[in-house]
Amino acid sequence: MSQSDILKGLAAILEEVAGVDPADVTADKTFIDDLDVDSLSMVEVVVAAEEKFDVKIPDEDVKSLKTVGDAVSYIQRAGVAA
Amino acid sequence: MSGSRLMGIGTYRPARLVTNDDLAKRVATSDEWVRSRTGIATRRIADADETIVAMGSMAAEKALAAAGIDPTDLDMVLLATCTNPSQIPGSGPQIAHRLGAVHAGALDINAGCAGFSYALSVASDMVRVGSARHVLVVAAERLSDYTDWDDRTTCILLADGAGAAVVGPAPNQEIGPAVWGHDGGKAGAIRVPGYGDNLFRMEGQTVFRWAITLTPTVRRACELAGVEPAELAAVVPHQANLRIIDVLVSGIGATNAVVARDVVDSGNTSAASIPLAFSRILDGGQLRPGDPVLLFGFGAGLTYCGQVVRCP
Repeated sequence: MSQSDILKGLAAILEEVAGVDPADVTADKTFIDDLDVDSLSMVEVVVAAEEKFDVKIPDEDVKSLKTVGDAVSYIQRAGVAA
Repeated sequence: MSGSRLMGIGTYRPARLVTNDDLAKRVATSDEWVRSRTGIATRRIADADETIVAMGSMAAEKALAAAGIDPTDLDMVLLATCTNPSQIPGSGPQIAHRLGAVHAGALDINAGCAGFSYALSVASDMVRVGSARHVLVVAAERLSDYTDWDDRTTCILLADGAGAAVVGPAPNQEIGPAVWGHDGGKAGAIRVPGYGDNLFRMEGQTVFRWAITLTPTVRRACELAGVEPAELAAVVPHQANLRIIDVLVSGIGATNAVVARDVVDSGNTSAASIPLAFSRILDGGQLRPGDPVLLFGFGAGLTYCGQVVRCP
């Protein structure tokens, strides 16, 4: 899956879970400070992303996903590995 | 095999109300922050004389009165708790003694926040096979004894209280088959370490993630009871956090059900939360006898248990 498809998919999840405007979801944005996604919403985003992209994102890796770009890269790598 | 049913429910809520503003005097938090993250506005915290035994007994007396059962008619007293003041002795026999349940067996069950649903399942099976005719299930907790009042991630959640239910025989099965399971590999996610460290700790994100992925299991409880989710009159999940409740319930399809939100006023009372929340809906007059209600407990262990019951 391309990075832009993953970004689009993440934007849809962020809109549904945390009410984030999809136009604000760009690779450089941080989830917590820029998009105002709190820790529990982040968990919801991760669970939804696992389902949508058919990847596994273990708890210990979630902490390293600071920006949207981090998540896009992680999902792309995990998708290839699967 | 004959059936079993819920005959009556009773509760005890401690007198002292603690607000988010009260907690903000001690830890760095605010009413807005706590409400948005947890849904909790107030909680009840027990005083010294509101012990597990005292609160459990008072809830039990109300449940017995609602059921029209004398304590001497009880064959078993099951106490669900994870906050006994010490490991030895358990409190179940003391509750049985205080009530005058002179013919009953008595024991404690520790299944964390799933304790009430597990104990209810055990009680139901005891009645069905005939090893007991009337079983008293009590859930009583004093999380405040184990709360780190300087840990703003947990002290805002924890609370105290008790609930009780009487289970007795019935022509039909009114307490549905339980769904249960565990993830003991995540035991450390909710813990009181012990050996001198008696403060509650929780990995909130790990627990949240585990809990919100239990939705298919919750639906399974409906299947086992032969009840469509849309037929449920109420859903009473363990009152951990409004965010978990909202996500968990949204996936069930219980479109016509009242969803328990007692956590807003009562905080997280572990095993006691389900009978407290259930009783509150019953007291509100929104349910009729025989209405199907889904109960689902989940927490420390990690372990979960749930079932569909018919309203007393």
